[in-house]
Amino acid sequence: MSTHPDQARKFGEGDPHDFLDIDVLLSEEERLLRDTVRQFVGDKILPDVADWFEAGTFPKEMAREMGALGLLGMHLEGYGCAGTSAVAYGLACLELEAGDSGARSFVSVQGSLAMFPIWKFGSEEQKQEWLPRMAAGEVIGCFGLTEPDSGSDPSSMRTTAKREPGGDWILNGSKMWITNGSIADVAVVWARTDEGIRGFIVPTDTPGFSAPVIHKKLSLRASITSELVLDDVRLPESLRLPEVTSMRGPLSCLNEARFGILWGAVGAGRACYEAALEYSKERVQFGTPIASFQLTQRKLVEMMVRVNKGTLLALHLGRMKDEGRLSSAQVSFGKMDNVREALWIAREARSVLGANGITLEYPVIRHMNNLESVYTYEGTNEVHTLVLGQAITGLNAFR
Amino acid sequence: MNIVVCVKQIPDPAEPGALDPNTKTLKRDGKLILDESDSYGVEMALQLADAAGGGEVTLVSMAPNSETSGLRTALAMGAAKSVLVSDPALSGTDALGTAKILAAAIKRVEGADLILTATESSDGYTGTVPEQIAELLGLPSITFAKSIAIDGGTVKVQRQTEAGYDECEAPLPAVVSVTAGVVEPRYPSFKGIMAAKSKPVDEVDCAALGIDPGSVGWAGGGQEIVTVEAAPAREAGEVVEDDGTGFEKIVAFLDNLKVI
Repeated sequence: MSTHPDQARKFGEGDPHDFLDIDVLLSEEERLLRDTVRQFVGDKILPDVADWFEAGTFPKEMAREMGALGLLGMHLEGYGCAGTSAVAYGLACLELEAGDSGARSFVSVQGSLAMFPIWKFGSEEQKQEWLPRMAAGEVIGCFGLTEPDSGSDPSSMRTTAKREPGGDWILNGSKMWITNGSIADVAVVWARTDEGIRGFIVPTDTPGFSAPVIHKKLSLRASITSELVLDDVRLPESLRLPEVTSMRGPLSCLNEARFGILWGAVGAGRACYEAALEYSKERVQFGTPIASFQLTQRKLVEMMVRVNKGTLLALHLGRMKDEGRLSSAQVSFGKMDNVREALWIAREARSVLGANGITLEYPVIRHMNNLESVYTYEGTNEVHTLVLGQAITGLNAFR
Repeated sequence: MNIVVCVKQIPDPAEPGALDPNTKTLKRDGKLILDESDSYGVEMALQLADAAGGGEVTLVSMAPNSETSGLRTALAMGAAKSVLVSDPALSGTDALGTAKILAAAIKRVEGADLILTATESSDGYTGTVPEQIAELLGLPSITFAKSIAIDGGTVKVQRQTEAGYDECEAPLPAVVSVTAGVVEPRYPSFKGIMAAKSKPVDEVDCAALGIDPGSVGWAGGGQEIVTVEAAPAREAGEVVEDDGTGFEKIVAFLDNLKVI
């Protein structure tokens, strides 16, 4: 952890938790913020998250605690938001997801999917009305784009918004796999209109709106996932986001969220690696810790190398984002690779923990199951692969 | 209500500590963090300033190599500014020397109504510095506070004891040491973290404080660490056969530990 020349590592020594000394690439402020989120996760999430996961709940009260810390919409400027750098947002996502992908999902959805479109495409009145309360965690938001029959191809959406002669909009349709849906006070809903895709701010107490919880999930169980049903939901023009007129709107939100995911996944991977490292040094078989076995060491090293590479990738992309030169295809690179590597690490760690790896007494299977969702949401692994394929060949393989 | 809080930046207890074989003191060249035992005083000070409807919380600290990372944590929690004493001559300073330095640094803070400290640091554990500071400054001192209230020009303290607490009061300004765990220190908020980097840290050396370097550090130390021994291995516990009075022995044992 030190750059002091007297402290250069000798042969056979290395920091298992920061092998490449990536810490020195962070500013003092970034480290303090990272350490604060790590402590918050240790105090408020890790002690209970296995129970939340088993019960299939996420405590709504967490929103205000996260808001007090500054986690919600932290990378946005003004309106009660902290206005941090992209790297700081990434570090927070990493630490949150080292706790649980559900906690990171909550923050991603609130900040990048619900608050970001209001911040980016909303009117001044809309920003003033919603953003400060959302930043404080007093108002929980969700984001409705995906539909039962419209996933990777969002432009095939069937939800419609029709303008009435009086000026109001009538929304009809349904949205699927909506994080925070049933606990949300407000939903940002995307719908097809005669003039193209439009975004709407839908207070969830509007008549005709309902959000049934999706049950029987075996992944992201410490996170609320819902369906949104819009049955003749009437909204005034003042609740339409004025500055967005196409699919570019919702896709830009997803790009923001993916940036958080490419950091967060490293956190889940790190948690699994650290669990496996600790376990393997204590678990004795054939009279020796299993960490002394060559096959186990290979697993641990492969995990450690992937965690370090993923962190470096995330940090590189974060610095580019702060310099305003990060492309969406580069975000796809990070999302595709860091999530698949995290899933690889989780599965490998599970094998190191043996039978103990399948219980909620250890974090590994929880992360492993969560990462199956993370692998697919916010652009599937396959779609991001094709985004990259198109980026390097100039040829579109989507259709 | 202007409050000074003495804070120490210590090696992270999460990482294994090591003694320097030459000086026989704790190695302090790695990452230093805010001593957790000081975070209670910082929180108490922020609450008191809030309750008083204004005023500043100023940190006073002494650390090698211009170290500020622990101070930034307390500034991010909400303290307004900091005085940091850093001077190579301070290496090896004992408890009384530390008190002299901190007392001189506290004098630089204008209009301090109350000085808070921890009861002891988590790396040194002498537990004597707060009272020494009070004596050097000629101020009243109350130790082991579990709660503090300000009433006009008086500080009212519930002072923790083995049996409960005493109610004490002293005229302001006064030095009060805060027991660890009596308040829940707030997390530094992100806004606080970003504001912390622009908060002033007034870094001074012995000369600026008017302190003779020969009176502190190794030169001024009134004690010498002669030798350092490893802690003895844990011994086996005592086995008591229950002859019908076992419960009495258990009660006596717990009573001796002062846990009941």
